[in-house]
Amino acid sequence: METRNVYVDHAATTYVDKRVIQSMIPYFDKVYGNPHSLHSFGRVAQKAVNDARESVASILHCTPKEIIFTSGGTESINLAIKGVALSKGSGHIITSKIEHPAVLETCKYLEKQGFTVTYIDVDKYGIVNPNDIKKAISKETILISIMYANNEIGTIQPVWEIGTIARKYNILFHTDACQATGALSLDVSHLYVDLMTLNGSKMYGPKGVGILYRKKGVQLQPLIHGGGQEFNLRSGTENVPGIVGFAKALEYAQKEKQQENKRLVALRDNFIKKVILTIPKSVLNGHPTERLPNNVNISFLDVEGESVLLYLNEKGVAVSTGSACSSQSLEISHVLDAIGLTHDAAHGSIRFTLGKETTKNDLEYVLSVLTPIITSLRRISPVKVKKSEIRKT
Amino acid sequence: MTITHKTEVKGKNGENWLYSENVKKHFFHPQNTFKSQEEEEEFEKNADGIGEVGSPACGDMMRMYIKVKNGKIVACRWKTFGCASAIASTSILSEMVIGKTIDDARKITPQDIVQKLNGLPLRKIHCSVLGDKALQKAIDAYEKKKK
Repeated sequence: METRNVYVDHAATTYVDKRVIQSMIPYFDKVYGNPHSLHSFGRVAQKAVNDARESVASILHCTPKEIIFTSGGTESINLAIKGVALSKGSGHIITSKIEHPAVLETCKYLEKQGFTVTYIDVDKYGIVNPNDIKKAISKETILISIMYANNEIGTIQPVWEIGTIARKYNILFHTDACQATGALSLDVSHLYVDLMTLNGSKMYGPKGVGILYRKKGVQLQPLIHGGGQEFNLRSGTENVPGIVGFAKALEYAQKEKQQENKRLVALRDNFIKKVILTIPKSVLNGHPTERLPNNVNISFLDVEGESVLLYLNEKGVAVSTGSACSSQSLEISHVLDAIGLTHDAAHGSIRFTLGKETTKNDLEYVLSVLTPIITSLRRISPVKVKKSEIRKT
Repeated sequence: MTITHKTEVKGKNGENWLYSENVKKHFFHPQNTFKSQEEEEEFEKNADGIGEVGSPACGDMMRMYIKVKNGKIVACRWKTFGCASAIASTSILSEMVIGKTIDDARKITPQDIVQKLNGLPLRKIHCSVLGDKALQKAIDAYEKKKK
């Protein structure tokens, strides 16, 4: 079979939808005014930002004033968590062990500043038990931050159940919805969230733009001081083309998600089934159904993920791995560790995340090149892990 | 820009981590691996020394097999679990040792291997160049057997 390019790393980032690019183009050289300027150049730009804000708000079922545009997911998360912490001054934060580093590192930083943090365990699928959150709540708890869906294994969390608990105990609740932005419901009136982070670059929108939903009345300290943009919570001249593109991307993603999710789930489940059937000693990580429609994460025992990734790359296939060898820290993925995988099994994990243009043929091609790669790497591997030994005891 | 799939992956800090031409050559075309199950069984039984280091838990594991004749290594096979640099470094080591005397083979250092590969990313050297230790264990086993 001829080598073809198959990008199955959409959880890392997506390309930008052509319709989104088109929507952004006028805002580079035609409508280039500063939204804060009083002249008409500025007014037109301001209107574009306002329209984008309204469009996002209507999807989230909130008011436009509850939408803060930022530079992306990481900034929104920092603003949510540090913003609450700084405004409260002290207290206790509850999060989970499988959060994105943007959450975990922010929490670690706050620990150094005197805050206390509880990192909740997850089950073998990577699901947070809302009861564990309830148990961790104390008088000092100021914030709960649990991701909507996990970026590595795609597990979807019971966000509204956690939100219900948070509301009952009158504790602020933030969810990192970066991976869920394009695929799941973002209706804040059902999710019971006070703060929610969304990101453009994983839903066919531009990079460098995200939002933080902030429920009316939630006190935040800004992290970036200056001209007072974004309701005094995020200074700096607005990224007008980015904001316009973000709103368009969200609009398309949410409008098309039902049909697209259906297509992706069928592709995903078929691919998982075929891989597990074709390649011995391959194990699905994460939940079989409570997972993002585009996420496949499989451990191939006895081989190491970076090697698999590079062999696949040579065949035109782009994936990612939870192996330590590919990470800067040389430690295995904290997510795979938290779901109880042994290091052996975590080292052989490969994440395939499908996208809007991924076809059945693409995945057949992936499988056709993957199978001999695993076989040849196993042939030179001295490791023989049993399928029953992939979990820590 | 078109994307070509000649492995030119950048590291997470943007540095061009990957890997010299020599690493690529040995990673994608590893040398002195077992040609067949039969050959593997034969080496398991008849190798003059077998040495193993590392564990899959720490990310890299290597096993070296040597056959020795008149004080010289005449054949070498290996198995490695690990990343590209682990596989490439064991592969090139297997080429380096064949024809060497036991004494010379013992003197091979990780630096020698890295040099032969025309360099490795710094952070990879410590964990992935373990072949020399596996080789030394294989030589130890050979010498113990000889006594």
